[in-house]
Amino acid sequence: MTGLMVDAQRVHKSFGANEVLKGIDFQVTPGQVVCLLGPSGSGKSTFLRCINHLEKINAGRLFVDGELVGYRQQGDKLHELSEKDVARKRTEIGMVFQHFNLFPHMTAMGNIVEAPCQVKNEPKAEARQRATELLAKVGLADKANAYPRQLSGGQQQRVAIARALAMRPKLMLFDEPTSALDPELVGDVLAVMKDLAKSGMPMIVVTHEIGFAREVADTVVFMDGGVVVEQGPPSEIISNPRHERTKAFLSQVL
Amino acid sequence: MTSPDNVVTGRPENIRAVPVRHPGRWVAIAVIAVLAAMLVHMLFTNPNLEWHSVRKYLFSHIILRGVWMTIKLTVLSMAIGIVLGVVAAVMRLSENPVVRSAAWLYVWFFRGTPLLVQIIGWFSISLLFKTLAFGVPFGPHFGGENTNKLISLFVSALLALSLNEGAYMSEIVRAGILAVDEGQSEAAQALGMTKLQTMRRVVLPQAMRVIVPPTGNETNGMLKNTSLASTVGIFELLRSSEAIYNANYQTIGLLIVAVIWYLAMTSILQVGQFYIERYYGRGSTRTVALTPIQRARLAVMGNHGRGGYG
Repeated sequence: MTGLMVDAQRVHKSFGANEVLKGIDFQVTPGQVVCLLGPSGSGKSTFLRCINHLEKINAGRLFVDGELVGYRQQGDKLHELSEKDVARKRTEIGMVFQHFNLFPHMTAMGNIVEAPCQVKNEPKAEARQRATELLAKVGLADKANAYPRQLSGGQQQRVAIARALAMRPKLMLFDEPTSALDPELVGDVLAVMKDLAKSGMPMIVVTHEIGFAREVADTVVFMDGGVVVEQGPPSEIISNPRHERTKAFLSQVL
Repeated sequence: MTSPDNVVTGRPENIRAVPVRHPGRWVAIAVIAVLAAMLVHMLFTNPNLEWHSVRKYLFSHIILRGVWMTIKLTVLSMAIGIVLGVVAAVMRLSENPVVRSAAWLYVWFFRGTPLLVQIIGWFSISLLFKTLAFGVPFGPHFGGENTNKLISLFVSALLALSLNEGAYMSEIVRAGILAVDEGQSEAAQALGMTKLQTMRRVVLPQAMRVIVPPTGNETNGMLKNTSLASTVGIFELLRSSEAIYNANYQTIGLLIVAVIWYLAMTSILQVGQFYIERYYGRGSTRTVALTPIQRARLAVMGNHGRGGYG
């Protein structure tokens, strides 16, 4: 598992009697952009949430940057990590949600400096300086003092990306970042994500934007029914899918 | 069909219609006006109202001391009650079933018995425990102090009011916490915040919007419930009025004094609540409610003044 950013080995996850992930094998190397495609209910978002331990896996092993997610291994025994340790590991993984989940009682600036100041104890001036740069990077330099409710969906999502980047993560997770947006706002968000991908940030993106996957992804993973059906470069998976299920899915979304 | 003026001005005439008549409204206004006139007439002519004693005692030393005691009891009981409420609410939402049950039991007991019973109970606590002391549970203890010395009359009233309030507040706080979208704590945790940080920085500030209005209600209720403490001999507003009318038999006059003070205090609370709600409403509505001063300025200067954030 050396050198891998994410390494999932036969990961299983159930909600009660309902098994959502049925043995996921999946690797991301540093600097790689992976797009997860698949019909809704295929387990893409659940798998993404397992990576930063928002969901606990039931079986298999899941490593991020060579370290087990949520556990510590001693001999052949697994010990659950304390809440503090889990939280500390999460600071290294940025996550962007479908519904943005910005903090509505804080301005854009407040949202971005919150975690650096509260979690990493960064000096306020430094955090604000970096937040200003990040806002400029996502094209919202003039919105620092706006509350989320005063921003469009696309603007909110870009603030959410800036908020995740403020923690200087070594991996970014995107959970259907454009699914809740009006069509004309999708482009701005995807542009920010493309820039981020170009800068070498490892990213895992759950998306229905086939165009984005084709253009930006190094690897496309197609999931269905809790398993990885096939994976490979976009030229293979999107242009020449081998499996019937992939073909059927792509014919519906393309 | 185009009308001729349409061709000339490019815009149809403004509509000028005969408004609908509302005879019912006039009847209601007449009835209320007559009742109001009767009330005012009574206030001015009924000699039993004892306005002279209202004038004499409204700002008398003993009444003012009662008002001060009422304020002290209200503020302290609410402060302790809110803290207890937040703690009990967080305990109710805990993953630990024992912690959850303990909080449930607390709410069940203090919400399930009358406040008056609780006040008398704390007043009589020394009948249950003669002395109070620190020590090892079920083991030896050190020193010990007479219960009546430790728990004064004031402290017993404070304990009764705040423990009772905590039980009600915990339900209000719990409702507020549950009203915050789950995505909020997920986002906070994904950023590496601990559960405590998430609660303090993200969930509670948003829950406040739901918590504040019923808490205003509770404070208003508390202000009036402090009068129950008069039964055990606390000289708050009501008991102070009673003390005077027991001596001079000006019952109505002194009750009016108490009513005036209660109304004055609850009115001030209402104003305070407006500003607190406005503060916690920031970011949740596109426009923030205007303060009375802003509204007055707007009325004077027309619609050019800038409302909203700031």
